[in-house]
Amino acid sequence: MTRPVTRPVARPAIRPVTAPLSRRLTGALIPVYCALAFVFLLAPSVYTVLYSFNDGGRRNLVWQGFTLDNWRNPCGAPQVCESFANSLQVGLLSTLFATTLGTLIAIALVRYRFRGRALANVLIFLPMSTPEVVLGAALLSQFLTLQLQLGFWTVVLAHVMFNISFVVVAVKARVQSMDPRLEEAAADLYASPWQAFWKVTFPLLVPGIVAAAALAFSLSFDDFIITNFNSGSFTTFPKFVYVSAARGIPAQANVIGTAMFVAALVVVIGAQVVAALRRRALRMVVGGIVAPKTGA
Amino acid sequence: MTTAAEDVAARRAGAAGVGLMLPGTLYLVAFFVIPVFALLATSLYVPVPGGDVGQFMPALQWQNYATALAEFWPQLLRSFWFALLATAGALAVGYPIAYLVAVRCRGRPLLQGMLLVLVVAPFFTSFVLRTIAWKQILADDGYVVQALHWLHVLPPDGRLTATSFAVVVSLTHNFVPFMALPIYASLERLDPRLVEAGGDLYAGPWTTFRTVTLPLSMPGVVSGTLLTFIPAAGDYVSASLLGNSTNTAMIGQVIDTRFFRLLDYPTAASLSVVLMVAIAVLVGLYVRRTGTEDLL
Amino acid sequence: MSAPQTTESLELWGVRKEFGAFTAVESLDLTVPEGSFFALLGPSGCGKTTTLRMVAGLEQPTSGTISIGGRDVTGTAAFRRPVNTVFQSYALFPHMTVLDNVTFGLRRKRVPDARAKARAGLETVQLGHLADRRPNQLSGGQQQRVALARALVNSPSVLLLDEPLGALDLALRREMQLELKRIQAEAGITFVHVTHDQEEAMTMADTVAVMNEGRVEQMGPPAELYELPSTAFVANFLGRSNLVTGTVLDTGEVLGVDVAGTRLQVPAGRVSTGVSGVALRQAQDPPVETGAVVQLGVRPEKVRILLNGGEPTPGSNVLGPGKVTDVSFTGVSTQYQVDLGDLGLHDVFAQNSSGAPTVRVGDAVRLAWDVDRTFGLAGEPAGSGQ
Repeated sequence: MTRPVTRPVARPAIRPVTAPLSRRLTGALIPVYCALAFVFLLAPSVYTVLYSFNDGGRRNLVWQGFTLDNWRNPCGAPQVCESFANSLQVGLLSTLFATTLGTLIAIALVRYRFRGRALANVLIFLPMSTPEVVLGAALLSQFLTLQLQLGFWTVVLAHVMFNISFVVVAVKARVQSMDPRLEEAAADLYASPWQAFWKVTFPLLVPGIVAAAALAFSLSFDDFIITNFNSGSFTTFPKFVYVSAARGIPAQANVIGTAMFVAALVVVIGAQVVAALRRRALRMVVGGIVAPKTGA
Repeated sequence: MTTAAEDVAARRAGAAGVGLMLPGTLYLVAFFVIPVFALLATSLYVPVPGGDVGQFMPALQWQNYATALAEFWPQLLRSFWFALLATAGALAVGYPIAYLVAVRCRGRPLLQGMLLVLVVAPFFTSFVLRTIAWKQILADDGYVVQALHWLHVLPPDGRLTATSFAVVVSLTHNFVPFMALPIYASLERLDPRLVEAGGDLYAGPWTTFRTVTLPLSMPGVVSGTLLTFIPAAGDYVSASLLGNSTNTAMIGQVIDTRFFRLLDYPTAASLSVVLMVAIAVLVGLYVRRTGTEDLL
Repeated sequence: MSAPQTTESLELWGVRKEFGAFTAVESLDLTVPEGSFFALLGPSGCGKTTTLRMVAGLEQPTSGTISIGGRDVTGTAAFRRPVNTVFQSYALFPHMTVLDNVTFGLRRKRVPDARAKARAGLETVQLGHLADRRPNQLSGGQQQRVALARALVNSPSVLLLDEPLGALDLALRREMQLELKRIQAEAGITFVHVTHDQEEAMTMADTVAVMNEGRVEQMGPPAELYELPSTAFVANFLGRSNLVTGTVLDTGEVLGVDVAGTRLQVPAGRVSTGVSGVALRQAQDPPVETGAVVQLGVRPEKVRILLNGGEPTPGSNVLGPGKVTDVSFTGVSTQYQVDLGDLGLHDVFAQNSSGAPTVRVGDAVRLAWDVDRTFGLAGEPAGSGQ
């Protein structure tokens, strides 16, 4: 019978182990490629930020020198702030409506079985898989047929329409990840369906709803094509930029764009850091050294 | 989970589900389904005899489609060609990024979060402003063009603005996040042990990628390509801001011009319908081909 | 017994693995002879899976050398090692059929007739009829067999099994244990099996290494580990033990030990000096001296309960009296818990060979066992294990 024994004295020297050079080189390939990809991704944003400091006046296309004037007077150019305010109003209103309608649909689709469910799924999917020009053109045809005055409200109506589907998709994922037995547990503990929803289901859905609302707002705020079809003389921020592109965009547009960029970045990075701190706190509560993921 | 969810759902009254569905569904019917029919109707209108420009009356003029296609098939084809190039470009940029974040940075959630912020950061700048930034980046006296001149990649009189190249670059850039995020999601779900199993079974890193990682990330690739191709085919902001009037025009531009400049609603509407149907057919074939019907 | 170094033996010398400040494996020396069924047994976090992953090439040791059949493979990538793994939760490729899964490794190695060989491999685990299914259409036990076939079909020098039976229910686990043993015997391939289930390790392996906190505490055939544990950790991780601490009164063939005023005895050859976990009770071990502190232990099934002044057989150690605090009838046996006051709670397992138990909770009893079944651990109790 074979039996293991300890090694006799002659053993090779114990040496630290390092990966071979070739493997380290190929390992670096992807990070380097991705660094270049990130340069490509972020270059336009960097340009937008830079040109908010351009002394370019009304034709902000060529670098003319550094100035803070645009930042001191962001509403200095006509229509910049007005269109920005319009976009904010449209964004907030359409987000409110789309999030409400979409959340209801998401809950219904995941938690209920009813006839026409498959058809409803198709109805949700279609607006997302239709190019914006078509959505814009279709709505315009409708508004023209109804002889509706194009303006603020037609834009809000259009934005709610294309946002509902995105909200449904985002909230649905959250509802799907929720254990339906939680509601049964609430019912078991004397909660009425109404109480079970507001005390258990809704609080758990909030992160999903917030994410969906953020998505809806950014889609609405940034939309140009559908807005262009249905706004008449009403001007949103993207439309203002697009229309003035022909004769030169005031640097103040870049100021607004930069401010939005920074604000969004701060919110998102903040959320990441909070999540990281929370993870760390959790780890400390769980106690001691957490064995590395590969540990036995 | 799923079976539990279905159990609970089955016991619920369908009526409540229908009630939740109703408001949003009605909204989509009113502002999506009916408009699409309005668009169809508009596409068959004929001019009012002796009427002004822009005055049409209901008819069933199928001829409109033939006329529109005969005149604008190059723009239609070009739209699909540019959309295809942009999809390929976004895949080339987005897949490695998604791989880096999901696979290489696995187990470092803060780093993953920060890199994902970088991926979506372009969204935080207004889409029209970003497109204009490309105009600045690719300008004749910009660094990129100068570098290309110096490398003799571009002939001395060659330029990038007002070319198909600029349009495709901008389209690509615009949709990289749409490509990278779904791929990230499917790579994130990938069990790292499957990759280890590939290595354990004598597959080198590249073979493991080709036989294990890539096939398992296909759902993400399919949704990413759809999320890129569909809107890119209908986009006209990039083409109108970065292209020229002759050989970069996309179908969206034509639709926009017909609607607003020429008040030629039937042609615009019929082109919209053609675009919608063509995309539906292409997407259907693609999804069937990749065997990912359940995504829809 | 021939020299243990055979052609395809797996050897680890001074293998150490750190993850940042955490040392998962501390300077491990192991030799696994070709053709043996070797088990790495230990609680979660003891470093056994890390060890396995280093052998597979999925983790690089911080220092040390790993060799297979005399060839140093320390820096060799996983896909170039003659080693295959049955992963915990199997890691079957979900997008491939069962047959494609099994063919995968053969095809990478460009083995001719890969498909036919894979089919044959599936037959050996009795799954030939499921070749065209997808993994998620199989039961847990079937997936387990596919994972085994996928690894075995490559005829590796060493087959690594990472808690392969953890996800199966009890009856199936028992069945697979026997099947794995049969397959190992037939194939003659070295199996290295990682598990936290001591019964599984003892059932299957011909050699068990008990690991704790990155070290091998003891290594040997299952019966030896059980009969003569050399550390308190092994004594309690591998089955249960009753341990008491005492001072050596006299030395010789049999040591006399004072335990709370009672004189107990233990054969000198059954006292571990606890220096190294691996090769114990060798001549060079320092002898235990009078006045030294030792722990004495005995397995619960070796203890007899003495009721109402019943007399022990000659050559027994006796402790007590104490009070019975629990009686659990488990069918085959009855498990008693006896409170010996300062000496703590002791377990006694009695076969129910003569019907239902007669001792009841609250009875005053003494405990007795053969001196020859006593084992000793030199040194103060380390506090680990209990």
